[in-house]
Amino acid sequence: MALPPPDPQFVLRGTSAAVHTLHFSCGGSEPDIPLLFSGSENGFIHIWNLKTHRVDTALDGHGRKSVCCVETMGGRDRLLSQGRDQRICLWDLAEGRTSVTDSVFTEHVGFCRCSLLKVAQGRWLMAMAARSLEEVQILELPSKTSVCTLKPEMGAKLGMPMCLKLWQLSCDSQPLLLAGYEDGSVVLWNVAMGKALSQLICHQEPVMSLDFDAEKAKGISGSSEKVLSIWSLNEQQNLQVYKTHKLVNAGISDITIRPDKKILATAGWDHRIRIFGWKKLKPLAVLDCHTATVHCVCFSDHNNPQDRLLAAGSKDQRISVWSIYAQT
Amino acid sequence: VSFIPDGLDCSISFVSHVLGKVCVHGRQKEILGVLMPHLTDLTKSDCIWQRICWRLVECVPDRWMEAVVLGFVQGAPGADVLSRLLGNLVVKNKKAQFVVTQKMLLLQYGHTTAVLQNLLGYLSLDSLRRTLLLRVLQELLETWSSSSAVKHSPAEQQLYISKAILICLSHLKEPEIESCRQELLTSMMEGVKCHLDSSLPQLRRLGMVVAESISLKINTEGPVLKFEYEEDDETRKLKSLLVQTPPLCVVPSLPDDDRSEKAGAALPLVPESNEKPHTAAPVMPDEELDAELDSDDDLTPYDMSEDKELKIKAPVYIRDCIEVLTGARSEDVDKWEATVKALESLVRKNPAATREVSVELAKILLHLEEKTCIEGFVELRQRAQVAVLTTDPIPVAKYLTSQFYSLNYSLRQRMDILDVLVLAAQELSCPKFHGKTKHSGAQKRCIQLLPGSDSSKDWRRIVDERIKSKTRRFAMGQSHVELASRQNEFNSVAGHFFFPLIQHFDRPLTTFDLLGEDHLVLGRLVHTLAILMYLAVNTVAVTAMGKALLEFVWALRFHTDSYVRQGLLSCISSLLLSVPTERILLDMTEELLETQSWLGDVMEKDPDGDCRRLALQNLLLMENLKKKLEAVPS
Repeated sequence: MALPPPDPQFVLRGTSAAVHTLHFSCGGSEPDIPLLFSGSENGFIHIWNLKTHRVDTALDGHGRKSVCCVETMGGRDRLLSQGRDQRICLWDLAEGRTSVTDSVFTEHVGFCRCSLLKVAQGRWLMAMAARSLEEVQILELPSKTSVCTLKPEMGAKLGMPMCLKLWQLSCDSQPLLLAGYEDGSVVLWNVAMGKALSQLICHQEPVMSLDFDAEKAKGISGSSEKVLSIWSLNEQQNLQVYKTHKLVNAGISDITIRPDKKILATAGWDHRIRIFGWKKLKPLAVLDCHTATVHCVCFSDHNNPQDRLLAAGSKDQRISVWSIYAQT
Repeated sequence: VSFIPDGLDCSISFVSHVLGKVCVHGRQKEILGVLMPHLTDLTKSDCIWQRICWRLVECVPDRWMEAVVLGFVQGAPGADVLSRLLGNLVVKNKKAQFVVTQKMLLLQYGHTTAVLQNLLGYLSLDSLRRTLLLRVLQELLETWSSSSAVKHSPAEQQLYISKAILICLSHLKEPEIESCRQELLTSMMEGVKCHLDSSLPQLRRLGMVVAESISLKINTEGPVLKFEYEEDDETRKLKSLLVQTPPLCVVPSLPDDDRSEKAGAALPLVPESNEKPHTAAPVMPDEELDAELDSDDDLTPYDMSEDKELKIKAPVYIRDCIEVLTGARSEDVDKWEATVKALESLVRKNPAATREVSVELAKILLHLEEKTCIEGFVELRQRAQVAVLTTDPIPVAKYLTSQFYSLNYSLRQRMDILDVLVLAAQELSCPKFHGKTKHSGAQKRCIQLLPGSDSSKDWRRIVDERIKSKTRRFAMGQSHVELASRQNEFNSVAGHFFFPLIQHFDRPLTTFDLLGEDHLVLGRLVHTLAILMYLAVNTVAVTAMGKALLEFVWALRFHTDSYVRQGLLSCISSLLLSVPTERILLDMTEELLETQSWLGDVMEKDPDGDCRRLALQNLLLMENLKKKLEAVPS
């Protein structure tokens, strides 16, 4: 007899706007407090204290335009945020400061979240959608130098890039980019050479979100239709469809695989969070607590596996935090 | 009659005279039936016989020429045969030219398509005659594009002319098209305008087909004119005329007549979207053994039985519906959709609540526009409107009829108002059975209002068709079916539906002039009034309605639009059927007599076939009435 799905451990209220992006920073040791960063539609970035469940700081750096992505760069003192004011801001949060140290003007008016990858100590690569409709630009941070621009070939008609993921198999291998586009295809790009290695049509509708497991060379993507698509990368760097999974209701906003690669979570337009096992995509749980579209899901980076959390941000302005399958 | 080939010098004029005289007396078929096959055979390869034949027809005196030419054109098995037999008669003889190029094409319209093909094919087969072909085409196009011709000539004639135009087009060659391209274009533009203006769908379709064909011919590359209309046999036959099949026997001076490559002129091809790389077949991984399998078993799934499809609930109260539909919150489109779908049943289930807000709801529905793409939006909206109207007829009817004559509504909205009024009237005038009797649900009887009128049942059928429903159940006086009778709900409101509509028809507004441009709406209004009149049978107001309707019809009886006239005639039918006979004959005697003479006029002289038929049926109805009254012992 299966147990009913668990309730959230707690629900954070107080953003007063739809929540579009979440990022945990709980990997520090004591006395660091576990933190959750959230970006909202009203342009604020809230830093939540996960002990007190209250907002510690609110950052206002995007001119009241929606924040679509927040990520920490090597520790909680440096934050990167992307807003729909066409800017990516780098924040310095050490010792209680809240200042924007640098910003990149992306000229991108779409919704594509940028992707960060640490390539060396103090150096990151960032992939972002650029001004021109189909292009993705790779910048090196913090120097903001352009590494390359990934342009699909003429007449490819991929549409806008919808979601990006930079990854590399190990520290010294080549960085690669997986990009999901408006026409439903996922393209694997070689960043150093600036050319596409493989393209796979995964969906009939735009790819809303994707995530990739570099060790198993397997990835998953969700779209506005009722299907999740799982694809794999073979030795020749070619993408192939592995399987598809049909959902009950259409529309996925976000997918994320837990760092231990055991489970993954999807944020759905039907207000529900679904948990699947990553190995075989076995449905594990449906978490129904929000009353509007869930925009983002995020797993925490706790050192102690027992403390691991899952957070979901929704259009109903709440952030639900769950502890699920933390024992494994 | 057999010919003896004896030298070129013999005079054939005697034979021509005989031929002419016989033809003019109406015996064309007999004599040409024998003569033509012989001549056809003889002239097939023999030039001398061809010349004899030409001489034969040339010598026919002018006063008999028409009959002879007509006979030949009708009797010839093909254009090439006609060409052999008549030669260049049309060029040499004025009377023949008149008959062929004017009379048969523009003044008569009873000939078959085969005859047209013969005639026009004949004109196209010789270079001397081709100038005539072009002239004919010009004149045909002039008629086709003249607005008065479109309005006043019968539909059959317009069909005939359209066919002739299409056949001419099929015979034209490139250089000829080049030379008259500009004229073709101008005529096409004018003609299509007049045709689309017409209220009769058949004429509109004709115009569209011909315009498309002309456009096809003059634009061999680049985009062609393409209308949207329903294909039916007539349009298919018309379009097939554009392609000429090559004649069976080749006339030496001309190349192959096959125009099919022209007909294949390019429609613009939408550029195909780029080929996407094919998705590879899904690759099943090797069965991962041992350890991998185990780790998944650690994770026990939770209960997911609650996970079902997300359904947006529609509001349960009418006032909530109003809120959603007038919605400030435009993001809630799912709720809006659910509301639209659920509205009709909510209205019917909550009549008291609906009555409180009926006019407001009617207003919202009248202005409701499609926010998202729902299937059957128009029908859903209409059904909801009908539900509101039947639940609270008087105020809503007042509102709708006043809006019909208000400023700033589109034609579509005005016609929607009329449709809703008719559907609601129908519902109100029909008693509803609440399923308790054994026979309920299975009855689909036609009305029997005037028992025993055997003479033309057609009027009943036509009136039936006018009312757009398929089933009608009336409380019947027959003994073997015990049906519960109910109060006629339409009785109290018939006047409210009818009189406001009829009141202001002659008062033009800035954006709406029934007697002027908006004759389509006038036509619909007249038909609506006919139906309302028909449904008002057995109501108290029916006599007053009848009188008002008669006056209305009288004022409009000479309207130029045939759709309007058809409507007026069906008004008369409804009147005669609905108003009790005694009242008609007592209260409306003079008007009735005047109407009778008008109907006689229409029956004889109206250019539209449907109008004539309706007038005839009305006259028969009137006869029946009189007989009935005479049959009743006073």
